[in-house]
Amino acid sequence: MNGWMGAILYIDLSERTHWVERPDLDVYHRHIGGKGLCGAYFLPWATDPWDAPETPLLFMTGPLVGTASPTSGRMHVMSRSPLTGTIGDASVGGKLGGQIKRAGYDGIVLTGRCDHLSGIEIMDASVTFHDAQALVGLDTGTVYEKIKGKGATAVVGPAAEQGVLFSCIMVDGSYAVGRNGLGGVFAGKNLKYLTVKGSGTVAVHDKAALKKAREDIHRLIASSPILLGEQGLTHFGTGAVYDLMDSRRMMPTANFRATYFPAAHNLNAPAFKKRYGDKRTGCRGCHILCKRVADDGTHLPEFETMSHFTALIENEDMETVTRANSLCAALGMDTITAGATLSCYAEIEDRKLSGKEALSLLEDIGHGRGVGRELARGSYRYAASRGHPELSMSVKKQELAAYDPRGAYGMALAYATSTRGGCHLRAYPISHEILRKPVATDRFSFAGKARIIKIAEDVNAVVDSLTACKFVFFASSLEEYAKAFTAVTGVTTTAQDLLHAGERIYYNERIMNALNGFTAVDDDLPSRFFTEPGSSGNAIDIPPINRTDFLEARRDYYRVRGLDADGRPTREKADELGLDWNPEDTTETPS
Amino acid sequence: MKELVDKYAHKLVAAGLAEPGAPLVGGLDANLVWNRTDPACAELEQVFAGLNINSLLFAEPAEPYRSIIAYLASNAKGAIRPSDCETRTMMHDLPVVDRFEANAIVAALKQRKSVIIPGHGIVAWGMVSPEQAFIFFSSVCFACFVKFFADYLVDSRAGRLSNEQRSVFEVAIPLLDKFPDTSPTLMNGPFTHEDAVYNALIEAGRVTVAHHLVDSFFGNVSYRFGDTLYISQTGSSLDELEGCIDPCPIDGSSCAGITASSELTAHREIVLNTGMNAVLHGHPKFSVILSLDCQKEDCPFAGQCHTRCPEARFVEDIPIVPGEVGTGPFGLCNTLPPAMQDRRGVIVYGHGLFTVAQDDFNVAFANLMDIERRCRDLYCAMLSLY
Repeated sequence: MNGWMGAILYIDLSERTHWVERPDLDVYHRHIGGKGLCGAYFLPWATDPWDAPETPLLFMTGPLVGTASPTSGRMHVMSRSPLTGTIGDASVGGKLGGQIKRAGYDGIVLTGRCDHLSGIEIMDASVTFHDAQALVGLDTGTVYEKIKGKGATAVVGPAAEQGVLFSCIMVDGSYAVGRNGLGGVFAGKNLKYLTVKGSGTVAVHDKAALKKAREDIHRLIASSPILLGEQGLTHFGTGAVYDLMDSRRMMPTANFRATYFPAAHNLNAPAFKKRYGDKRTGCRGCHILCKRVADDGTHLPEFETMSHFTALIENEDMETVTRANSLCAALGMDTITAGATLSCYAEIEDRKLSGKEALSLLEDIGHGRGVGRELARGSYRYAASRGHPELSMSVKKQELAAYDPRGAYGMALAYATSTRGGCHLRAYPISHEILRKPVATDRFSFAGKARIIKIAEDVNAVVDSLTACKFVFFASSLEEYAKAFTAVTGVTTTAQDLLHAGERIYYNERIMNALNGFTAVDDDLPSRFFTEPGSSGNAIDIPPINRTDFLEARRDYYRVRGLDADGRPTREKADELGLDWNPEDTTETPS
Repeated sequence: MKELVDKYAHKLVAAGLAEPGAPLVGGLDANLVWNRTDPACAELEQVFAGLNINSLLFAEPAEPYRSIIAYLASNAKGAIRPSDCETRTMMHDLPVVDRFEANAIVAALKQRKSVIIPGHGIVAWGMVSPEQAFIFFSSVCFACFVKFFADYLVDSRAGRLSNEQRSVFEVAIPLLDKFPDTSPTLMNGPFTHEDAVYNALIEAGRVTVAHHLVDSFFGNVSYRFGDTLYISQTGSSLDELEGCIDPCPIDGSSCAGITASSELTAHREIVLNTGMNAVLHGHPKFSVILSLDCQKEDCPFAGQCHTRCPEARFVEDIPIVPGEVGTGPFGLCNTLPPAMQDRRGVIVYGHGLFTVAQDDFNVAFANLMDIERRCRDLYCAMLSLY
């Protein structure tokens, strides 16, 4: 087998046993890897509560991981989301995926629950359990320093141990399995850390063909102003997008009550660079290096964090942003949900938070103190408990990212239909609505967006299955990655063949959510976006979204996606996609 | 969607790439719409069914592209492989199938962005917009045009021109664009306010397209005003620059220009190095064709001309430099700006022509047109030697 390792490592935490399953080649062909494999393996458990011991937590890599294919140092993690109740998943960088492959596996399935706080250390075929009770309550950075010599690492912090519903898993010190609260699932299994070290290699079918595909992809990356341009990600990190959101009048401000933040020009990526320095880092094997580290070694905030800890909470102090970022990483919390929950709290309290108070609240959330215990459940549950669920800027109880949907209607539809709740990455329409790639679309129109969003979801399902980086697809496409896939695996394919697999992978997620009762009612935006305008200016008008147009676009999306009028999957479409799904039976194994 | 399919059908004709009434453009959201009815729609609807896309464009190219593409396709062995920048970067190669039949078209389009069907036309798709299909169609025409004339010169020099090549050449030559006797008069600079800068950029883009000095309406244009470089956005159509110009502070204090042209760095370095304020970049065909023409034998960099050519090459006073799009290690941002010093223009190998001017776009545009005219004249003069 080339590209894939042909082995999935199962670890039963309750029994302290492990074994290796060797899936049929057909499973790989149908589900590719990463997100696809996660979904295939999770389907039988989709309706189990997130904190049930038997509910698996899956770490899956893709066939390109560990090869010379560009930006393939990523992997995918999935379980059921404590925050949303949907499937919960996230792509993550670092070197964990590569080490899992080198250890001889395509993925790891964790089931059961340790009887006390533990760590797992994997070295090739060896799996050992370690008492981690001495690490109780320690922050992620401290634990990382203790175990980083043991290979790639995954760690949870105090937030996960305290049951924060948006806690994350920190990989290799600074890469977050950020959204959906999967840190809670990890901690719920009484795990504090996981390390993986491998000594093997990944077989490649045709190295010359991979070299050619790599050159084609690198040429496109080099031609991209967003990636390697002088104002792009390689020079300023993901924060490079900050000015654009400002100039396009779509920067979520004051809990989405406004879309323009007057202080933004003092808080942009060049300002961070000037103040903190300009060290670049990134995932293994990537030359874009979109992460930023200060001269003193502090990891600097990414775009979403910059935006939510400035404009969204109306904070004008750069140091507060950096400290909030560090605090969230140390405690192990998703910065998007954390920032949005603070902004919701501020609106309900009808006041502006000082920087000091914002940081104090983050501490309280992460350590389960005072009002922090309530905020730890995310903005929706908090706002609902105060009688104002409409003030949570979330979809399916997950908070929206730093793109106001009134400034990009494809984003509005994508937020609403995302299978993991308010998420900008499922369809990533920022690509064409703002960044003009592959071509620009009218950001204030729903025309054509239903199919565009559906196709983009399929594309990104493939990207997360290969597993590659979505940023690269601002420049490259599946056309080039299909060549890399074939070169690595020896499996002849095309961009469209991969897209078909992507459609199957995404539809499987709709099935899992439907099994948990999610319908069209959940595919919706907070009412604010349909009733209140954004901040018009610079000759840009930001009116409320026309609800009728939105509902028509959602209806069209359901048609294009092959769902019924209530957003539920159909047996016919599942059959068409080769998904062996019986609504009456949820105990099937991957096929 | 209907508005978009109509728009790009019209643009294809306006660009001289298809005859009026020829383009068939389909756009698919929840429902499929065509710009017009045509018997070919039925077959193309099967193509839609076989692909995860949102638009298709089918048209027989206008002359001289029709004859050129037919000739190249007849010798293609499955795909035409031009060596221009556009193909290398975006299209990779240009597949050819022998029948207008859905399965064959789908098989080709599953792998590439366009397919040539001799005797029928070109089919191209878009996943986001019919604009993509338009761009791919246009790129096929441009790449084939450049390849045909570049090959023709080489084969002529080698004394191996076929009768078929000669016939196509005879069809093409009378159809080449006529150069106007005088360059159009553009806004006079230096400009004293921002609005004038925007208007001058929009005007320069539009006139460059009107004179067919770009392919796919691409190219880029910039003007330095104070401490800001105003530049066309990435992927913007030069004839539609309204709302598509990014003001980029030269001191790098903002990233608002992240959507600026891929060539922002090259433009900025040019204005800083030369003191010129206006930079214009088009893809005039014969400038590109001549840039590909090199007679050096046994070159250790054969096949890597676009990145590693070490020779000081010129078309008269105009340097030809290697360089790929953007800012990578072989990016033209490394080669173009130094070559522009004390020059009125520079050709980038297989890619296009950059010109500069001090105060406005009058001289920059006149030079763009003049250099292209000289390249075409030189091309014809070289042919007459063989």
